Amino acid sequence: MTRTLLAIVLVLLLGGAARAERLIVSVSNHRVTVTPNYSGEELVLFGSVEKDATTPADRTAYDLVVTVMGPRADMVTRRKERTFGIWINTDYRQFLQVPSYLALFANRPFDAITSPEIARRQQIGLNNVLLTQRVGGDFADVVPNDAFRSAFIRLRTQRGLYREDGSAVTFLTPTLFRTGIPLPAEVPIGTYEVEIKLFANGAFIGKTETAFEIVKVGFEQFVATTARQNGLIYGLATAAMALMTGWMASIVFRKD
Amino acid sequence: MQLYLPIADLPVNVFLVLAMGAAVGFVSGMFGIGGGFLMTPLLIFIGITPAVAVASVTSHIAASSFSGALSYWRRRAIDPALASVLLCGGVTGTTLGVWTFTQLRALGQLDLMIALSYVVLLTTVGSLMFSEGLRALMRTRRGALPPRRSHNWIHGLPLKMRFKRSKIYLSVIPVVIVGIVIGFIGAIMGIGGGFILVPIMIYLLRVPTSTVIGTSMVLTLVTMLFATLLHAVTNHLVDAVLALILMVGGVTGAQFGARAGQKIRGEQLRLLLGLLILSVGVRFAIELVIQPSDLFTIRELGVSG
Repeated sequence: MTRTLLAIVLVLLLGGAARAERLIVSVSNHRVTVTPNYSGEELVLFGSVEKDATTPADRTAYDLVVTVMGPRADMVTRRKERTFGIWINTDYRQFLQVPSYLALFANRPFDAITSPEIARRQQIGLNNVLLTQRVGGDFADVVPNDAFRSAFIRLRTQRGLYREDGSAVTFLTPTLFRTGIPLPAEVPIGTYEVEIKLFANGAFIGKTETAFEIVKVGFEQFVATTARQNGLIYGLATAAMALMTGWMASIVFRKD
Repeated sequence: MQLYLPIADLPVNVFLVLAMGAAVGFVSGMFGIGGGFLMTPLLIFIGITPAVAVASVTSHIAASSFSGALSYWRRRAIDPALASVLLCGGVTGTTLGVWTFTQLRALGQLDLMIALSYVVLLTTVGSLMFSEGLRALMRTRRGALPPRRSHNWIHGLPLKMRFKRSKIYLSVIPVVIVGIVIGFIGAIMGIGGGFILVPIMIYLLRVPTSTVIGTSMVLTLVTMLFATLLHAVTNHLVDAVLALILMVGGVTGAQFGARAGQKIRGEQLRLLLGLLILSVGVRFAIELVIQPSDLFTIRELGVSG
């Protein structure tokens, strides 16, 4: 919450001084709580492009790209190959600190918004997002059509964890916009960063950031933290629960 | 009804999991086995990560084997002496197994090892059991008497001990070794091992059928409780909510399964169980041999931040 506010204040201060436009955004819910009946959620991000006196008069149509990034994690992509008649994992690539959830939304197709050069620099589109791999002793991203990289994106997309949509952002008025952020039930717990980038006539003219978090509360949080911090007690409790259930069943179903 | 699992970080349908627990419980009650080799693949199939599935199933098996063991205890169908000797080996084997599990995981070929051991173990045990059941069925149909049980080399080993309730006089060496092997296999494959232990005890150790299932359940119970604790302490991956749903379904199903099992003759029961084990083994084998629909897999190495 404070981070978001700070970010907005910062944007207001810097944006006002250095740039002609400023972006004001907010998410419908900064704190998504996971309850027993939680089954995913859809957040709404809305905002507006504020012009001021220095804005060139010819700037009327804006383009927006919204990037949502979940907590980062190391992941391994493995490739199976046929060896001695059976399919086994032979080769793998390690992806370092890549977002566990990644969504890119825009108001029109990514390649229509800006030039390939700027798209690459601003990481617009899943093909241009930086996904660092460990290649031997080096750390680098590879070309977009690399087999491991594209397999990684394809598998994450299948699970709904990576997505891009060139029509998800809608302009309600020429300066007022909104977009939905779908969060499937299996999205990881943690802090999500949202980056909103503004383009006009193909040029990048500014960005702002906000964030939201997905947290477990109540019983879910209690169980998760107990399991992590008091493993022994948690294990003993689970074992006792198993014994109780077994004992109760033998009482309930006792035939004699 | 959807319910969010706190450790698996995933919402599941409560009735689906309950039904899965009941179905596996029915099978386990019918054959007097833990059913871990069925439950773990089912959980992985509905999207729970293998590590969480293996860890949570251990407590589910503990619950169903405890309820089974209690009813066998009342019927005096457990040999306490034999169970404690088996346990000495079982605890050692489990510790060794968990250690090996960690080593294999570091090498990155754990999945292959698990799949291969499933294939080898299940197809071997399944086909042995199936053919034995078939032979026994043919024999009874022809009206022939079962072959007389002869003593084998195992009965020539030293350190003999009298197991009163089972009415056998047997060396402790093979019993401890069997315990170690079952504990080891169980820890690596996330199974109770009842379906291997029972045949070994019947055919190799010549334990009478009256005490074999109850005694093997005691071993399963203790090793699975131990495994639950180890998983909870080392990996923090036991999902108590998932385990509770599975347990409730499992123990209920097991009661009906046990009743159904009593109506079926022993040979037919062995035939069915052999077929079941064999088919799970064949399914794993097919998965290894045919080209997977996707050659790539992703594994998360833990979320940070």
